[in-house]
Amino acid sequence: MILVKKLVKRFGPITVLRELDFEVKSGEFVALLGPNGAGKTTLLRVLATLSRPTSGLVRVASYQLPQAGASLRADLGVVSHQPLLYGDLTAEENLHFYGKLYSVGAERIQEVLELVGLANRKNDLVRTFSRGMQQRLAIGRAILHNPRILLLDEPHTGLDQEAGEILDSLLHSVALEGRTVVMTSHDLVRAAGLASRVDLLSRGKIAASVPAADLSASDLVDFYRTALKGRGKA
Amino acid sequence: MKAKPRLLTALDILSFLMVLTAAGLVFYYAPVEKLMGAVQKVFYFHVATAWVGMLGFLVAAAAGIFYLRRGEEQWDIVGVSAVEISLVFFLIAIIMGSIWARPIWNTWWTWDPRLTTASIVELIYAAYMLLRSGVDDPERRARFSAIYALFGFISVPLTFISIRLLRTIHPIVIGSAEAAGQGGFNMDAPMKMAFFFSLAAFSVFFADLLWHRIRLGELKAAVESLRVKSFQEEK
Amino acid sequence: MKLYLRAVGAVIWKDFRAEWRNRENLSAMLVFSLLVILIFNFALELDLNARASLSAGVLWTTFIFAGTIGLNHSLAVEKDRGCLDGLLLAPVDRSVIYFGKAIGNLVFMLIVEAIVLPIFNFLYGFNVFQPGFLGVVILGSIGYAAVGTLLSTMVVQARTRDILLPILLFPLTLPVIIAAVRASQGFFQNLPLAEFSIWVNILVAYDLIFIAVAFMVFDYILED
Repeated sequence: MILVKKLVKRFGPITVLRELDFEVKSGEFVALLGPNGAGKTTLLRVLATLSRPTSGLVRVASYQLPQAGASLRADLGVVSHQPLLYGDLTAEENLHFYGKLYSVGAERIQEVLELVGLANRKNDLVRTFSRGMQQRLAIGRAILHNPRILLLDEPHTGLDQEAGEILDSLLHSVALEGRTVVMTSHDLVRAAGLASRVDLLSRGKIAASVPAADLSASDLVDFYRTALKGRGKA
Repeated sequence: MKAKPRLLTALDILSFLMVLTAAGLVFYYAPVEKLMGAVQKVFYFHVATAWVGMLGFLVAAAAGIFYLRRGEEQWDIVGVSAVEISLVFFLIAIIMGSIWARPIWNTWWTWDPRLTTASIVELIYAAYMLLRSGVDDPERRARFSAIYALFGFISVPLTFISIRLLRTIHPIVIGSAEAAGQGGFNMDAPMKMAFFFSLAAFSVFFADLLWHRIRLGELKAAVESLRVKSFQEEK
Repeated sequence: MKLYLRAVGAVIWKDFRAEWRNRENLSAMLVFSLLVILIFNFALELDLNARASLSAGVLWTTFIFAGTIGLNHSLAVEKDRGCLDGLLLAPVDRSVIYFGKAIGNLVFMLIVEAIVLPIFNFLYGFNVFQPGFLGVVILGSIGYAAVGTLLSTMVVQARTRDILLPILLFPLTLPVIIAAVRASQGFFQNLPLAEFSIWVNILVAYDLIFIAVAFMVFDYILED
């Protein structure tokens, strides 16, 4: 579903992604872990057509990037650490607006509001929502048009324990619908619980890739150390 | 890093000699204009510096188009180099114009089309530099300044036409009889010689400075990438 | 094409929906406009003689300043909560964003102008309800919104976004300002149209050129 070969992304003199290879099969849920500055967000932004690769091959859902960006976007749902919602619109109006851009009907909007548990607050301004509610609505926005691929950039940022758990169960049910998911995170335990595979990104490259089922509790600790090593003087 | 190209050194010497010769021609070869007197000598370098100021605008807009089409960093360096140089030259041109205008038009400043347009261009250059300093990501900075240079280049002729329609007292120097009353004059052959040589000298001087500035920009980019590299390796 | 227009409509709709709720932008633009007129009135001592020649300039300065407030606000909304990325992720051509925002900005300007003009008429006694003059107001606002939207999309991504917009925008929109002021003056002084129709032509030319160029380069402002 996603194929990345020798991807390089540079911002001026700074190289963030260095010949990165990355592959995700249809229906997989991949968690991308790594220290700050490893390039997680940049990789996700390239996959989301928000950032132009400097060089290398990027193919998402058989669309070649960056050329076929516009056609790919209809198949793509993105949750970033910002909610991408308008504070002065209600929950329903926000979805209504994005619904028009994606040609999604009113029924689906109600369905999504139910799914993310905000049907009873749909007429409230997003500005008045808690961080957790905004994030749930952001997921609703991302799955509104039933995309085959979901890209989640640290969706748990700024959520308390309870909101995080609600988000987890929501992500779980969303992923069960046969979508391909790539999620970045710092939280190893949470990521391993959700994902089918855990990839480690360090210094602009994939340093390790392990099926989540193979990770026992003690492995997690080792794995985490490796992740931290990427930050220290290896 | 590459050593200084020999051609550039040759250009340095050439432009130095040409500007010097131009000054010689202006002061010793071209006759003193009979109505205006010695202050008319300002005119030769005034037009030449203003010409360089506009040339930079053209170069920056062209570099902007090249950058947008190709995305190569060097076009951004060309653009900013041209703007920086022209910013200075245009300022010199405006000041020289003022010096000339004081005795001839009896005022330091008038809102004449060319003068006003020149100051607008100067302000656009300044805005361009402010835009650059306000954007941190080099790629984005390059894109934005390319677009801004292009927009400036398109809007300035419209500004010029608009102000021209409003008013004009700037002399149309070459071959205009009615301009004589406003400080225009007919150039005789030695004057023309000095005039066109000054234009050529300053064009060469501009090319020389542009080359230097581009080289400086490239060196700066190289230093920056070395710095980042050593920083990343340390990490 | 229908899809394209619907997407443009959606962008405009959501700006108006939000504005309808709090009226923040319009009221700020409006109060600011009235203040500018007031300040000019005292700063220039607009007596009867001065009015004839100066008031067109006062009027357009007011519109331009108020427009800057609207433009800054319009794009700041998109930056808040990352909405600009949300727009970029939509499966529509990116010029949809430009036209949606530009038309929205234009309509905001026109609404403010529609309120300010009768007041101006009342204060200074110029008949503003002439179709030709209203046409000039619309043409001038189009040019200003077309360039302003593009530049404010750029500025909102800069570090110094709070101060940059007028510095970038004013020198580029000078032809609009000159031409609009001259054309308005023509109408205020009841001159025959032939004497100042050239200014209307300049406005039309500016609008067409800059809408076309903005359409061509807008993609470059949004890519990363």
